[in-house]
Amino acid sequence: MKPEHNTPPAVTRRDFLRAGLRGAAIAGLGGVAGLVAGRSTAEHLVWQLDPQQCTRCGLCATSCVLEQSAVKCVHTYAMCGYCELCTGYFEPDPIDLNTGAENQVCPTGAIIRKFVEDPYYEYTIDETLCIGCAKCVDGCQRFGNGSLYLQVRHDRCVNCNDCAIARVCPADAFRRVPASQPYLLKQTH
Amino acid sequence: MSRASFSQRRNPAPTAIPTNRWPASLWNQNGLRWLVFAVVIGGFLILQSAWAEQRFPPPDFQSGHVLPTTTTPSARALVWQYVDVAVLMIALALASWFALKLRSRKAMIGLSLFSLAYFGFYREGCICAIGAPQNVALALFDSTYTLPATALAFFLLPLVTALFYGRSFCAGVCPHGAIQDLVLIKPVTVPRWLEQALGIVPYAFLGLGLLFAATGSGFLICRWDPFVPIFRLSGHLTILLTGAAFLVTALFVGRPYCRFLCPYGALLKLASQVSRWRVRITPDHCTQCKLCEKACPFGAIRAPAPPPPPATELRAERNRFLILLVLLPGLILLGGWAGSKFAMAAAGINPEVNLAERHLAAQAAESLPPLSKPDQQALARAQRTESELLPAALAVRRRLGFGGWILGGLFGGFLGARLMGFSLWVRRTDWEPDAGDCVACARCFRSCPQELLRLGLTPPELPHASPAPSGEPPPG
Repeated sequence: MKPEHNTPPAVTRRDFLRAGLRGAAIAGLGGVAGLVAGRSTAEHLVWQLDPQQCTRCGLCATSCVLEQSAVKCVHTYAMCGYCELCTGYFEPDPIDLNTGAENQVCPTGAIIRKFVEDPYYEYTIDETLCIGCAKCVDGCQRFGNGSLYLQVRHDRCVNCNDCAIARVCPADAFRRVPASQPYLLKQTH
Repeated sequence: MSRASFSQRRNPAPTAIPTNRWPASLWNQNGLRWLVFAVVIGGFLILQSAWAEQRFPPPDFQSGHVLPTTTTPSARALVWQYVDVAVLMIALALASWFALKLRSRKAMIGLSLFSLAYFGFYREGCICAIGAPQNVALALFDSTYTLPATALAFFLLPLVTALFYGRSFCAGVCPHGAIQDLVLIKPVTVPRWLEQALGIVPYAFLGLGLLFAATGSGFLICRWDPFVPIFRLSGHLTILLTGAAFLVTALFVGRPYCRFLCPYGALLKLASQVSRWRVRITPDHCTQCKLCEKACPFGAIRAPAPPPPPATELRAERNRFLILLVLLPGLILLGGWAGSKFAMAAAGINPEVNLAERHLAAQAAESLPPLSKPDQQALARAQRTESELLPAALAVRRRLGFGGWILGGLFGGFLGARLMGFSLWVRRTDWEPDAGDCVACARCFRSCPQELLRLGLTPPELPHASPAPSGEPPPG
């Protein structure tokens, strides 16, 4: 029924070669795994930016792969002067010290200004509006206490292998940090 | 009222420049603070950024106001990384079982849908095995990089599976493959020569990705991934458009990314060529009906080839093989030279080299006052000095050039081996899936009349499928 060359020998040359190459591939993969296993960590690493290195260039707002950047402004309240004329909130030359859009630095009105007691005002960030443009950070850093700064928010960050913001950051401020301590918050001295 | 009096005191024409009118209430209530502010501005101009934090002391609230706390939403919990690895293992096992034992396309479609939903739209394409070789390469060459264990698992598991069961990962686990496979509606046949030529591209892309990852220049495979932006429903426009173009192409050309670009697919292809078990179209014996070839949209099914003629009649093949063998060192050298030239030319992708290039370009274009252009500030922003940046950038360039020689040489050798392979006589008695090209999608099984007989379904067009091959007996 079948031509005689169709009956294969017990182990063909091709099978033997394949088995040999397969063994070599497994050994090679094992070798690579062994080499890098020493440098691997069970803990996951996530992206974060160091506020001390940040130059408030504004690229965080536009470079993230998400439609609305994963980087947002955060506030260390203990550092804040609670200024009435907050340079993170108001334009350099405000027409009036009120919540009018023309007076605000924030392009999306994401900073909420609330009277606490004379003469102190509290500023909080509405994260649903914040786009991470760092305009308020710049004002606060230049003329204020620097209590406003940017951080990667991990409820939004998708943790790209090749972070698109880190790639363009002019200050090299982005680095991978352990997921158990995913923020580099400013502390009071 | 008080504002008017203040304005008149400071400015006799109060309505002339409205922006200069300072609110008098501020001056009256908080004059001291305003003065401090002015001093700070002046001080800043003199001292630039030497002034650090705490210019204004934090207030002592009389009303007992409690400071809000800074929220820190946590990253994805570690346990979910293990869940990802577990899902990958289960999906790989299921895909292998569906392709090799169950032989069911329907089950494979179900698994593809799940993988597309889980690894694609839920996990948003990250973590993914396609980029994982880069992480491993970076970990091999950069001792400061700590490789996440999940990335190592995503690199190893599909490859080890391919060594035993073929490309199960491509078949039903990879979301990139799934999205292309599921949109395929009217496959056209890619000419064999074009398929062969384009099939080289993934190896070049893999080499490029590994080279730039190993030198810490960036993960190009992730950067240019066309489907992740689709999974995320957001991303850079060019990549989104590329993804859309791939998807439209995938309507008519089966899995264009997998076949002609995917670098991890290239690795899996190599692995599955030596796999222990693999897809077998017919359950028992081949009737040479060719129906399976029509069923495969990926051009992965090979026709039977007769045994070779006597060696004396193979003069042309032998000569071609020998010429290629002689040319092989040249090919390797040419590949290495081209690879290193290309890597050096593209070295600007590396952020360090990029910074150094911008710095040197800014220096060359002198005549501008210092700190006038963003490029000139780059060095200061990155808090680097020229003396440490330039040697580091040169070292990266050297490493890229050296790596370009190695990987380019490997690519040249690979190309030569592929060409020499055309002169080799591969004997095939039945219609078989190509060990490397077959993605184990399970489409061909139901096209085989023998399979339909096995399942108790009589094939409609071949009611009396003869068990003996009658049409084209292999010559010889």
